[in-house]
Amino acid sequence: MTQTAISIEDLHVSYFGNEAIRHVSLNVEPGNLVGIIGPNGAGKSTLLKAMLGLIPRDKGQVKILDKPVKEVRKQIAYVPQRNDIDWDFPITVLDAVLLGTYPRLKRFRRPGKKERQWALECLARVGMDAFSKRQIGELSGGQQQRVFLARALAQQADVFFLDEPFVGVDASSEETIVKILKELGEQGKTVVVVHHDLSKANEYFNQLILLNKELIGFGTVGDVLQSKVIERAYQGQFAFMNGMGV
Amino acid sequence: MEFLEAIMHYEFLQKALLTSIMVGIICGVIGCFIILRGMALMGDAISHAVLPGVAISYMLGINFFFGAVFSGVLTAIAIGFVSQNSRIKHDTSIGIMFTAAFAAGIIVITMLKSSTDLYHILFGNVLAVRSSDMWITLGTGVVVLMAVYLFYKELLVTSFDETMGAAYGLPVRLIHYFLMTLLTMVTVASLQTVGIVLVVAMLITPAATAYLLTDRLSIMIFISAGLGVVSAVVGLYFSFTYNLASGATIVMAATALFILTFLFSPKHGLLWKMIKTRKKRASLI
Repeated sequence: MTQTAISIEDLHVSYFGNEAIRHVSLNVEPGNLVGIIGPNGAGKSTLLKAMLGLIPRDKGQVKILDKPVKEVRKQIAYVPQRNDIDWDFPITVLDAVLLGTYPRLKRFRRPGKKERQWALECLARVGMDAFSKRQIGELSGGQQQRVFLARALAQQADVFFLDEPFVGVDASSEETIVKILKELGEQGKTVVVVHHDLSKANEYFNQLILLNKELIGFGTVGDVLQSKVIERAYQGQFAFMNGMGV
Repeated sequence: MEFLEAIMHYEFLQKALLTSIMVGIICGVIGCFIILRGMALMGDAISHAVLPGVAISYMLGINFFFGAVFSGVLTAIAIGFVSQNSRIKHDTSIGIMFTAAFAAGIIVITMLKSSTDLYHILFGNVLAVRSSDMWITLGTGVVVLMAVYLFYKELLVTSFDETMGAAYGLPVRLIHYFLMTLLTMVTVASLQTVGIVLVVAMLITPAATAYLLTDRLSIMIFISAGLGVVSAVVGLYFSFTYNLASGATIVMAATALFILTFLFSPKHGLLWKMIKTRKKRASLI
C-alpha cells in the first residue's frame, strides 16, 4: 500500500467571512516537487498555511501522509518567507540550523555534539558551512535562504513546505536550492513550493497547483501550463506570457 | 566606602541590596525576550496593569502577588483579544487596555485612602523593603530563572520564528501567555525596588544595551542580567547616599550604561560605525 503525501478534500478557508480559498481538492503522491502558482491574492500562502494546519478551516480536510496534520508535525518542515524573519535577531548561522533539530529533541534537552555535527552536515549540503559562526543578518539574501533550507534539512522531514524561496535570491543560490529540492524528490520526499511567477516553473517542478481562490488546474507541469488554463487563473494579468511559449 | 560600611552595618540595606540584585537579574533575563519579540510596549502595559490587582489584594487582605498576576495576565489576554478580533491595531489595543486597568487601580487605591502606599507602588522605595518582600522577590526570581532555563528552546524558537514553532507543534499562544505570566511576576517582584512606572526601563534598557554588544541570545541574556545588577547596585548607592527615589536612580544608571554602549559598542556602536564609514570614504578618494 502506498501512502499519499498530501490529500486535500473540499477545503474552504476564510478570514472573518472573507473567502480566501474554496473547493480545493487534490492529492499529491510522494516524491513530487509541487509548485503553487497563481496571481497575487489568489490564496497561495493561505493554502500553504492550511496544509500546515496553522489556520482554521471552514470546511474540508487536509491529510499529510494519510494522517491529520497534528499527528505528523514532526515529519513536516517549513521554510518561511524571507521577510517574515527578523534578520537582526542575535542568532548565528549554526544556531539557526540547530533549531531544525529541536522538534526531535526531548523536552528540556539541549542540542549536543551529535546535533551540532548534524547541523554542520546540513550546512555543508547547501554550501554554507564556512559561514557557521556569522550572525544571520550578515549574509546575502541567497545565503540566508540556503541557511533556512539547511534548517529544514536538519528536521529530517518527509514533507517540505517553502514559501516564496526564490525572492531576492541570487542565481547561484537558486541553482543550489533547486538542486537540493530535486534530490529530496528523488529520495521520495515531497516538496511544496509557493512560487511567485510562472518563469522557470517548468524547470523546477513536476507538478503544479494553479490557484485563484479555487483550484484552476492541478497536474503535471505540461498540462497546467496550457495557455487556456493559465488565462483562466490570471484573467489577462499575464497576457504577455502568450509570446513566451509557455 | 561609606556605602560599603553602611551595608555591613544596616540590615535594611542588605535586604535592599539583595532585592535589587535579584530584580536586576530577572528583569535583564525576561527583558531580552521582550525586546526581541518587539513587545517593549507590552512590557510597559503589563507592568501598569498589575496596579488594580495589587490594590484589590490589599483591600481583601491577601498577598498582592496573586492579585497582580491575575490582573496582569487578564490585561494581556484582553489586549490580544481586541487586536485579533477587530481592525484595531496591536499598539492601540495596548493603549486602551493598560490605561483602563491603571485607571481602575488608581480608583481602588484612592478609595482605600492610602496615598503613601500608592506612591511607593508607583515609584518604588527599595530602602523600605521588608523581609517578606525580599523573600517574594527571591522566590519569584528563582521560579522565573528556572522557567527560562527549562523552556529556553521553546522561547528561542517562538521569539525567532513563531511560524516554524507552530508548524512543528509548539503551542505558540500558550507560550506567549506563559511569557506574559513571567513578565507579570517579574513586575510584581520589582514593585518595591523600581516601582510600576519605571519597571519597563529595567526590562528593556539593560536588554537593549546587551543587544548592541553581542550576536548570540545566550550571551545577550547573561550580559543583560549583569548590566541589570550593575544598574541596581549603582542606583542603590546613589539612592542611599543622596536620599533619592531608588527607582529613578537605578533607571538612570541603566540609561547611562546604554548611552555608553550606544556610542562605543565594538560592533554596533555609533562611533565605530562612523570611523568605518570615514575610512571607507577616505579610501575612495
